[in-house]
Amino acid sequence: MAQAWNRLIAPLIDENPVTRQILGVCSALAVTTSVNTALMMSVALTVVICLSSVLISLLRHHIPNVIRLIVQITIIASLVIVIDELMQAFAFELSRALSIFVGLIVTNCLVLGRAEAFAMHNPPGRSFMDALGNGLGYSLILLIVGGLRELLGQGSLLGYFIFLPVSEGGWFQPLGLMQLAPSAFFIIGFLIWGIRSYWTRQAEPAKFPLVRERAGS
Amino acid sequence: MGDPQATAQTKESPAKVIGMAVIVAFVCALVVSTASVLLKPIQDAHLEAEREARMAAMLDTLPGMRELLEEAGAENLETRLVDLSSGEFVASDDPAAYDEMEAAGDPDAAVPVPSELDVAGLGQRGPNAAVHILEGNGRVQLVVLPVRGTGYQSMIRALLALEADLRTVAALTILEQGETPGLGARIEDPEWQALWPGKEVANEAGEIVISVVKGEATKPYEVDGITGATQTGSGVANMLRYWLGPHGYGPFLERLRSGGL
Repeated sequence: MAQAWNRLIAPLIDENPVTRQILGVCSALAVTTSVNTALMMSVALTVVICLSSVLISLLRHHIPNVIRLIVQITIIASLVIVIDELMQAFAFELSRALSIFVGLIVTNCLVLGRAEAFAMHNPPGRSFMDALGNGLGYSLILLIVGGLRELLGQGSLLGYFIFLPVSEGGWFQPLGLMQLAPSAFFIIGFLIWGIRSYWTRQAEPAKFPLVRERAGS
Repeated sequence: MGDPQATAQTKESPAKVIGMAVIVAFVCALVVSTASVLLKPIQDAHLEAEREARMAAMLDTLPGMRELLEEAGAENLETRLVDLSSGEFVASDDPAAYDEMEAAGDPDAAVPVPSELDVAGLGQRGPNAAVHILEGNGRVQLVVLPVRGTGYQSMIRALLALEADLRTVAALTILEQGETPGLGARIEDPEWQALWPGKEVANEAGEIVISVVKGEATKPYEVDGITGATQTGSGVANMLRYWLGPHGYGPFLERLRSGGL
């Protein structure tokens, strides 16, 4: 039980998929212009990763090693299509806002990464906890980045104005940069820096020493 | 555990590999197609409702539109199917159901757009289009034209309403776009669309000159662009230039101008 609990807690910060494993960064840039889209993407990804991990874990003894990646991708892709269809039917406005990014969950390394690294070797219960933990860890980062970008880029959170922007008669001049993808890079970079400064054992030793002096040139 | 070597052998045997691949593919295909077929009616209802809501919202933004409708004794605009190359109406039981974009994807129906005219980056268009017309006192009072074109990164679909002179914009409503959020996507803002009414699409000579400019518009056929969305802005202008031009609604508008309906 303690181990299962650990599987859930560890990916939140210690082994966070985005800040520690640097996975799923592409979608973390694309859907974090507002909290709402980040939240919906988080829910969709968490559902997909949990279902795919459990399914793959159940099938793990029957998936031949030589075609395991394509079997995993097929299962994940089918789940994503079904979720996308469900969203278009029951959460139409949001599916419009997320557009192609739900479909791109298929290519999110995080989902395949957990299937390949964990679910293929562990029973369904533990795979589920691991997937849920990773989904939540991803969601946590997405919500932080989405929150900062919406607050600084539009002056609002979840569509409600916190800082009233000039265009609405307030004082806040929205930072246009925050609406562009590079700002997500900056925020994720600062997050990684902050986390690794505080939990120093997360910092990886340099793989290659920096060359301080170039001899002979 | 048994003999791991032996289980690995059976798991990797060609029969098992092919069998597993077939089973996974079949089950996944079944699940995906079931979901798609079952949910299609609900999704279509959403799309239809959205289209109608946009149309109604556009009518509400036009000053005096409701009065005009009441005067004409019509609940709504009349939808007619137009043959784009001849400009004539085409008989149809349900013109509103016709989707020009869908027809453009149908190899049997699609009409290729000559590259020198293809400013909107369409490649091909459908042969017909469903236009909405308000008739009053024996002449056209307002005509609403569906248009589409390539923006910075997506297909933009819009409705353009022209006043009775067929030269003055009554309204422009963006129906669909996937431009950069916060930049190009601001063409959906009512504030930007409110810049359009009163603009002239053509000059005195009848040439289509409508454009979206950087900074402040100075001429009646210029509209202020959105900062950081130059390509989206020119995409919108090119879309209108194509559709109002000779390969788009040109023949139809010419026919309306010279002889009414």
